[in-house]
Amino acid sequence: MIVEGLVYTKQHEWAKVEGNIATVGITDYAQMLLGEIVFVELPVVGTEVISEHEMAVVESTKAASDIFAPVTGKIVSVNSTLESEPELINKDCYNAGWICRIEMADDASLESLLNAEQYKQHVKGAGQ
Amino acid sequence: MKLIFEKSVPGRRAVQAGPGDVPAVNIQSTLLRESAAELPELSELDVVRHFTELSHRNFGVDSNFYPLGSCTMKYNPKVAEHIASYPGFARLHPLLPQLRMGGMLTQGALRVLYEMDLLLREITGMAGFTMQPLAGAHGELTGMMIMAAYHADKGNKKTTVLIPDSAHGTNPASAAIAGYSVATIPSKDGVMDVDAVKEHLSDDVAGLMLTCPNTLGLFNPHVKEICDLIHSVNGLAYYDGANLNAIVGKARPGDFGFDIVHVNLHKTFATPHGGGGPGAGPVGVTEELVPYLPVSVVAKRSDGTYTLEYDRPKSIGYIAPFYGNFSVVLKAYVYILMLGNEGLRRVAENAVLNANYVKEKLKSHYRIAFDRLCKHECVFSISDQMAHNGIRAIDIAKALIDRGFHPPTVYFPTVVHEAMMIEPTESESKETLDGFIDAMIDIAGQAGSDPARLKTAPATAPVCRPNETAAARNLNIACL
Repeated sequence: MIVEGLVYTKQHEWAKVEGNIATVGITDYAQMLLGEIVFVELPVVGTEVISEHEMAVVESTKAASDIFAPVTGKIVSVNSTLESEPELINKDCYNAGWICRIEMADDASLESLLNAEQYKQHVKGAGQ
Repeated sequence: MKLIFEKSVPGRRAVQAGPGDVPAVNIQSTLLRESAAELPELSELDVVRHFTELSHRNFGVDSNFYPLGSCTMKYNPKVAEHIASYPGFARLHPLLPQLRMGGMLTQGALRVLYEMDLLLREITGMAGFTMQPLAGAHGELTGMMIMAAYHADKGNKKTTVLIPDSAHGTNPASAAIAGYSVATIPSKDGVMDVDAVKEHLSDDVAGLMLTCPNTLGLFNPHVKEICDLIHSVNGLAYYDGANLNAIVGKARPGDFGFDIVHVNLHKTFATPHGGGGPGAGPVGVTEELVPYLPVSVVAKRSDGTYTLEYDRPKSIGYIAPFYGNFSVVLKAYVYILMLGNEGLRRVAENAVLNANYVKEKLKSHYRIAFDRLCKHECVFSISDQMAHNGIRAIDIAKALIDRGFHPPTVYFPTVVHEAMMIEPTESESKETLDGFIDAMIDIAGQAGSDPARLKTAPATAPVCRPNETAAARNLNIACL
């Protein structure tokens, strides 16, 4: 499942941009590959993150995976519900399973992100 | 199977000790427990049967096929165990060489360490070894500390180590603990991409960590070029010997241009591996790096006796108590001498032959990650079964248990989706491999015909399908 209106990274994060705030999570494809999520290491509010650099860790029964920041900016809030209910990422990755909100430094890092159609093609390519 | 506590019958006893002739002592009541300890009460025969039954539930390479990829779980010849149990070795006290005249009582053991150094030099093409690291990852850390000591000594300002995306997780961990940041290099056609290495090349590069053949069982044809590139910026090339079994006796990391090498004795050289080993991860280096090796080092005097040298001012120091896992080194020494040059070559040849046999027989039933000649292991992706039937690698792994095989490595390397990594090793006969192949084909059939049943496998194990998600999410460590 890919949601229209969001932007995506090649590493399977999504971002929903509203003004200068980007809400960030991992895609349905990513949660399916990871399998059942058992732990989420959330970023610390106030941390500066850089686009394409690690900002969080998601651990499943299969592997621990770095989550990369889709945009450059500052973490302004995190979804602390994930600490007790990491399975929200499996159940509802685009809504209740959001990971954090980033206040973007500028729009520059948005340029390299994919739209829904481009991401769909990217996933298609990755599956082959 | 009942717990030993459930088999307990009040008053039942094994051996009855006779009445003691030591006078009873009055113990302060504050030191006594308030209620009696709940110890199981059984006859000796009940206890013997209980533990014998438990021992039958062990699964090891002595009982069944154990194709755990990237782990080289090969058979451990019993003669090596026997020799390591000789009292002359087994009862040596590790402090003996430090005592006055004690060195003369440990000449045999020191000679084993000295000659093992020479044997490993010959096998890997390096100039000197330390036997001290207690496992592969410990060898990696030792190697990276040598790399850091070398750069510090030379005044080189280095910050970064290049590691391919298919590496064992211990590689970046070792580099980080040695103080370096890690640049992950993507793979191309299953091996470290030379162009990506060039892109990351700068004066900041301290070195490279490379497993070759890598965790996909693929030998990097550009390995020499990659080492040369690293040397062009005064970096050092580190060879992770986890997969040395594929090339032992055939090719030497030192000849590719590597500067530091670790060898897993518990993999390539057939010392016990599963169940905690213990392992040993000797580290070899080039002539230029020998001064940085840990202390102590076994040296041969002009009169032919052996001694321990400590006066090594540039050494990284102690990395393990005493001389490492000595008996593991001894078992590997026996193995190498027993096989000799010709035998070690045949190890590599048969390990590679067996892996390719399994790959060819199974590739029409499971998607092969890279369809070309592999080395000691082959990696399948269960992605087709997942797309069509919702079957994951874990389901195939569990179904193998019902068919009498230990599951291969799953979900590693992470660059392959739903990875299943099979390393048969040279120990296994064609008949065993055929049995495993038949089981895998049977499971592939069941993935199509009855996926729901596959999801509940294993049905025959003492513990069937533990809920791994619940176990990870609801950690209950109260008993610790």
